[in-house]
Amino acid sequence: MNALPCTIYVSFAGALLALLAGSRSATLARVVALATAVTALVMTLVAAVHFVPAAGLQTLVDRPWVDSLGVRYHLAVDGISLTLLVLTGIAATAGVLFSWNIGERTGEFFALFLALIGGVYGVFLSADAFVFFVFYEIAIVPKYFLVARWGSTNREYGAMKLVLYSFAGSALVLAGLLWAYAAGGGKSFAVSDLAAAALHFSRLQQLGMFGLIFLGFAVLAGMFPFHTWAPTGHVAAPTAASMLLAGVVMKLGAYGCLRVALPLFPVGFAYWQPVIGWLAVAGIVYAGVIALVQDDFKFVIGYSSVSHMGFVLLGLAAANVRAVSGAVLQMFSHGIIAGLLFAVVGRMVYERTHTRKLADLRKMALYRRLPFAAGVFVVAGLASMGLPGFSGFPAEFAILIGTWKTSPLWAAIAALGVLVAAAFTLRVIQVSFFGTVTATTEGPELPPLPPITLAERAGALLLIATTTLIGLKPDLLLDWIVPSLQSPMFQSVLKGGGS
Amino acid sequence: MTAGGTTLASALAGEAALVAGALAVLAFDLTGARNWAAGARWRAATTLGGVAVLVALTLVWRVGAAGPAAGGSFMLDALGTASRAGILVLAGLTLALTNGARRLRHPAEFVALVLLATTGLLVMAVAQQLLLAFLALELASLSLYVLAGFDRTRPESAEAGLKYFLLGGLSAAFLLFGFSLLYGLTGSIEFTAIAAGLAQPGLSPLLAVALVMILAAFGFKVAAAPFHLWAPDVYEGAPPVAAALVASASKLAGFTLLVRLLWPGLGAVAAGSGLPGWLPVVALISAASLLLGNFGALAQSNLRRLLAYSAIAHAGALLLGVMAAGAAGPGPLFYYAATYGLATVGAFGVVSVLDQAGVGPGITDLAGLHRRSPLLAGCLFVFVLSLAGIPPLAGFVGKFLVFAAALRLGGLHSPAGVLAFAAIFLSAVALYYYLGVLKAALVTATTPDQETCITVPVSAAVTLVAAALLLILLGLLPSALLGLFS
Repeated sequence: MNALPCTIYVSFAGALLALLAGSRSATLARVVALATAVTALVMTLVAAVHFVPAAGLQTLVDRPWVDSLGVRYHLAVDGISLTLLVLTGIAATAGVLFSWNIGERTGEFFALFLALIGGVYGVFLSADAFVFFVFYEIAIVPKYFLVARWGSTNREYGAMKLVLYSFAGSALVLAGLLWAYAAGGGKSFAVSDLAAAALHFSRLQQLGMFGLIFLGFAVLAGMFPFHTWAPTGHVAAPTAASMLLAGVVMKLGAYGCLRVALPLFPVGFAYWQPVIGWLAVAGIVYAGVIALVQDDFKFVIGYSSVSHMGFVLLGLAAANVRAVSGAVLQMFSHGIIAGLLFAVVGRMVYERTHTRKLADLRKMALYRRLPFAAGVFVVAGLASMGLPGFSGFPAEFAILIGTWKTSPLWAAIAALGVLVAAAFTLRVIQVSFFGTVTATTEGPELPPLPPITLAERAGALLLIATTTLIGLKPDLLLDWIVPSLQSPMFQSVLKGGGS
Repeated sequence: MTAGGTTLASALAGEAALVAGALAVLAFDLTGARNWAAGARWRAATTLGGVAVLVALTLVWRVGAAGPAAGGSFMLDALGTASRAGILVLAGLTLALTNGARRLRHPAEFVALVLLATTGLLVMAVAQQLLLAFLALELASLSLYVLAGFDRTRPESAEAGLKYFLLGGLSAAFLLFGFSLLYGLTGSIEFTAIAAGLAQPGLSPLLAVALVMILAAFGFKVAAAPFHLWAPDVYEGAPPVAAALVASASKLAGFTLLVRLLWPGLGAVAAGSGLPGWLPVVALISAASLLLGNFGALAQSNLRRLLAYSAIAHAGALLLGVMAAGAAGPGPLFYYAATYGLATVGAFGVVSVLDQAGVGPGITDLAGLHRRSPLLAGCLFVFVLSLAGIPPLAGFVGKFLVFAAALRLGGLHSPAGVLAFAAIFLSAVALYYYLGVLKAALVTATTPDQETCITVPVSAAVTLVAAALLLILLGLLPSALLGLFS
């Protein structure tokens, strides 16, 4: 358990090492990055094995940091953060494997990648709002350089849009946090202390502070209509960055909503709840429909991420234990599945065919030329549609059931979104890989594509194994998540809702 | 008188060391180093100057008991000591960067002027009396005017010096006029006596005029809108090392003096609500600086002009710290000003090295810097992100401290709280132009004619790395500086 804070330090140290190693040889930088990611992953898994589920946060480190503000360097873990820490470890490892082929300024790439990962670990471990915010912003800047330097289509625009949306969101969060801190007498940034102080705030203050902080985080979570950075950014990003952005970084936003905004301001949440619910539902359906008509392979996946993150926000808006535990499970599940989808699109297909136009891919008979990629994509697509046996199913199911208790209408419309997701996923599977099933005679004329590498196979298998394992046995994670939601922190906002 | 004399001597020991250093530099250059090559003369002058700064640093650090000194002319408190130490560190870094600035002629004169300017800034940081404050300000300003115009090979430098001098002279006139009105109203030139004399409710018209005059003069000194017009031209035209001093140490001293003058001296000027009467004026200047600085910077294509507009925006945020200093103490303001100065000296240091290598002045000229000099690119990365307020760098903590202090003045019901919100949202705008600089330096590929490597002089490399490390360290351990004030 005490090794968890080291995930942060190991990642930052790995970033420095990768930078130094990169000036000598690219392979060395790759090895350093992989070793770092795997070390951190092993640390989270060891911690997970020894984890005893309980209500409330279990402190790992707690020491004074900035005395004049009352800030403490307080790291703690509970079932929710542990789930997301494991996700981060897996996504980071897979991300390194899928960026094995980065040949240009390799050291710098992995340094930024690992710095981003270190920030993400830090966010998931923070129990003090100041520390949380520091790590949250550390995770923003590397994104810009990853996308702007190693990205593709319209990368500088996509990178700037991505970072400015994130940073504008974090400015809203900062404003809300400082407001709450000042109104509470300015003694402490500990989430529990802020929550205690918030009990005495006026209704108007609660509405304002919750609005600022939730909106700020929700921008990063891709909430409709503030989601437009996500598809552009994900498409522009290099594969590993898309995997991380959609897989982990969007979760930072949702996690911030759950960990900071909800417990701090129950009154504010009660006021905004209908708005959030409707926006989440709108995002699910809207992004799904947009994904249905895209002609760029990666944009389909980009919009599907927005749609799936809508389920997370819907789970939070429903505010009962079942829905919220489903939302956390969905964060994990989508992190894995989105990583897999982006890996196939960005790394396996685009790096070989150099096109992402569905119209071009249709003629390429990829199911025969890249059978492994086709197989992985079919599995990922099925998982993404929420088929039983994969992690998406228990997650979205729990969200829908929980939502039904709060608002049957939301649940009904969101269920429609599941159908739309099935439609765009099946369409993209069919068009991109099985476009020329009938024209078998065309086959021999097409030149062979470079074979799928070992690193890609390893990464894909890691992600598939994870989504299947959780799909078959979701209790592995729910046994951590549900007790955490019984903590007094969440009791003020969550209703029982059949846990 | 003898007791006062010794107190004065020990209170001003640091300043004395600097003046002696300045004279020694001049004397050595005229005698011993007369026939040396330019490089050796630069080395000798900057080394002597650096020694003087180090001696002054130990002297101001070991200054005696806190409290008023020399009959109340000086205030040797935590703010004074911290501010003087900060000014000396920033001046020392500037000198170390100067060592590489071969384009300038007359090394001894340059270094001596830097030391004299620093002397004035040090006195500003502890002055507790109108006349002394004005003299210190003039000593610093006159030296800085000459430094701004020091590069005789470029007409822009002469333009910068002239502009700075003319507008600076005007602002000095305003300041003197304001001071004389204050003296006329209270019959004293000491801050404490002025505060006592003004300690009745209501704002007389004469006092209002004096306040506006004084604030306008300080607005000029710290490059706050609408008194900022000199800043872009001076930052662009002056030798980069001179601009570094203007933007860093001079700003730190200016804000220290301003907060001393406004809080203990004029803090009692109540306008009925218990708030000082100058607060609305400062709030207006702060709002104007935040808006104009941030939006003005968006349009810049020249790195130095961009730094100037960013300086204007930071002046707006620092004025928030001035407003909050009454309740929160000077800690946040000092931390912000000192770390801002550090990042700015670093940024201008990079500009200076690039200037030597013939790179610039446009932001797009930075293209491929990551390949041409990874060291410069890495340092610039740290400095610019600290200016943008990204954690874990010191600029973030400074921003956080000042905004938290401003919001604690009364939440969103006070002008300071509203301004803090505005400043937070404008920081997203600021990130856009800061990232534009970093994009050019770190992302954009080299064009064929830029393939040559840039050689960084050893002294400049060490200085830049030290400044960058200091920014990281202070960001991770802010209590190291803030502890001085508790």
